[in-house]
Amino acid sequence: MEKVINKLPSFNAYEIRSDFPIFSRKVNGKPLIYLDNAATSQKPRRVIDGLKSYYENNNSNIHRGVHTLSYESTVMYEDAHKKVAGFIGASDWKEIVFTRNATESLNLIAYSWGLHNLDKGDEVLISIMEHHSNIVPWQMLCQARGIVLKFIDVDEKGNLDLESFERLLTDKTRVVSIIHVSNVLGVVNPINYISKKTREQGAILIIDAAQSVPHINLNVKELDCDFLVASGHKMLGPTGIGFLYGKKALLESMEPFLFGGDMISTVTKEKSTWNELPWKYEAGTPNIAGGIGLGLAIDYLENIGLEQIEEHESELLDYTLNNLKQLPWLEIYTPLEGQRVGVVSFNVKGVHPHDVAGVMDEDGIAVRSGHHCTQPLMNRLNIEYALRASFYLYNTKEEIDQFLISLKRAYKIFKR
Amino acid sequence: MNVDQMELVLDHYKNPRNSGTLSNADFSHEEGIPSCGDKIRIDIKVSDDKIVEAKFCGKGCAISQAAASILTEMIQGMDLNSIKDMDGQQFLETLGVNISPIRYKCALLALKVLKTGVFGDNSFEYEH
Repeated sequence: MEKVINKLPSFNAYEIRSDFPIFSRKVNGKPLIYLDNAATSQKPRRVIDGLKSYYENNNSNIHRGVHTLSYESTVMYEDAHKKVAGFIGASDWKEIVFTRNATESLNLIAYSWGLHNLDKGDEVLISIMEHHSNIVPWQMLCQARGIVLKFIDVDEKGNLDLESFERLLTDKTRVVSIIHVSNVLGVVNPINYISKKTREQGAILIIDAAQSVPHINLNVKELDCDFLVASGHKMLGPTGIGFLYGKKALLESMEPFLFGGDMISTVTKEKSTWNELPWKYEAGTPNIAGGIGLGLAIDYLENIGLEQIEEHESELLDYTLNNLKQLPWLEIYTPLEGQRVGVVSFNVKGVHPHDVAGVMDEDGIAVRSGHHCTQPLMNRLNIEYALRASFYLYNTKEEIDQFLISLKRAYKIFKR
Repeated sequence: MNVDQMELVLDHYKNPRNSGTLSNADFSHEEGIPSCGDKIRIDIKVSDDKIVEAKFCGKGCAISQAAASILTEMIQGMDLNSIKDMDGQQFLETLGVNISPIRYKCALLALKVLKTGVFGDNSFEYEH
């Protein structure tokens, strides 16, 4: 299919920056250059103002009163679920459960589905490039239910090793839970292929979309997944709000994860029955303002268009990698080709990433240094830590130029 | 971090003093910071309650490794009791670097290893 590039003249990273109040501040006397977007994104004025406006005008608990404020809050919070559903192509907004973040969503699946459906000897297939959030909950199930956890390998270029995937996918595999986009390598994993093979085996498919939903246009029906999880704060929304998408039949068949108010239909002294979806999984007063803020972030992203964001990031990524690969004193972990988002991981040979990141901080540049919550991947790559620069819609080539200058300065200071 | 104030640290990072281990150490201790992978081992030899020799080995960032080098140089000939009195704030001042509080752990790892090695667990707490 011919790729239609409908780059609207309206996409302009310099204009977009003016929507983000934080870019008016300085760090160590220098303009902030924020290249830590895979950790969390900055927030547009629309989201920040929306939170303030909610607390100033509508604040109330949901599903609880007949008064005006309660009605308004309920509608706003439900609308946020609808926006998420629309954004990821779910057919029914009741398939969207709000959680704190992708981690909580994965725990919800492990507890609500895993504890009740997995037995000794059942295999769960994840990959070596998973974030700890998609490893540790499964390890809990290894202990609790005696399941076997298996890891799909990566190849020497840093891409998912599909031969390893096919070898490990057997009739014992009950779950394939896979990161859509690696938070370290930046690679976009071939979910459609994985999905097809997983279906053939009759296992369920879970997608950790924390690093993909903010950056690429996706559709849960095209991906043909059973569950998909993400965090709001990585997609311009507030912290403390994330979501779980689950197929309706699955969500209906599962036991709740948290118990208490609002998740029930009836309560007697002896027993309780559960509320309808999605409230069955949202016990207690939820993060109402956060949910509404996430909805506003989605409005903002949709207004700009994910295709344009993807294209912009792709340009920044190519520009960065083309420059970095000229530097023989670097070790680069992000593959130089293939489908990737704007994430570059690397090390200055012989120099600890904290030292490089410290120099960059002095230059007002925020990059991540450490193991990125991916210790098994670090181990596989034979490293303990890495530097990571990750981009978003508001980053510019001029910022990359500053980043490169600062990187060279750090190298000069610390090379031995 | 202010690179202009890092002369001492960079000197010790690039030319570490007292690098190595002691086969006949009276105290030997190793600790690390799991979140950043830094590790330091310090070996000391004591005679009449005085440190007569100190060596370190390890890996990690410039600050943690330079701090270990500086510390092992500082403590040669020192009474064990005066090591008990060394505090983190003072040691940070000795290093002469202006680092963010996030990296205090790197700068103070060597001191923690030394104190824990000589006086046991809980003899050093990171302060903020």
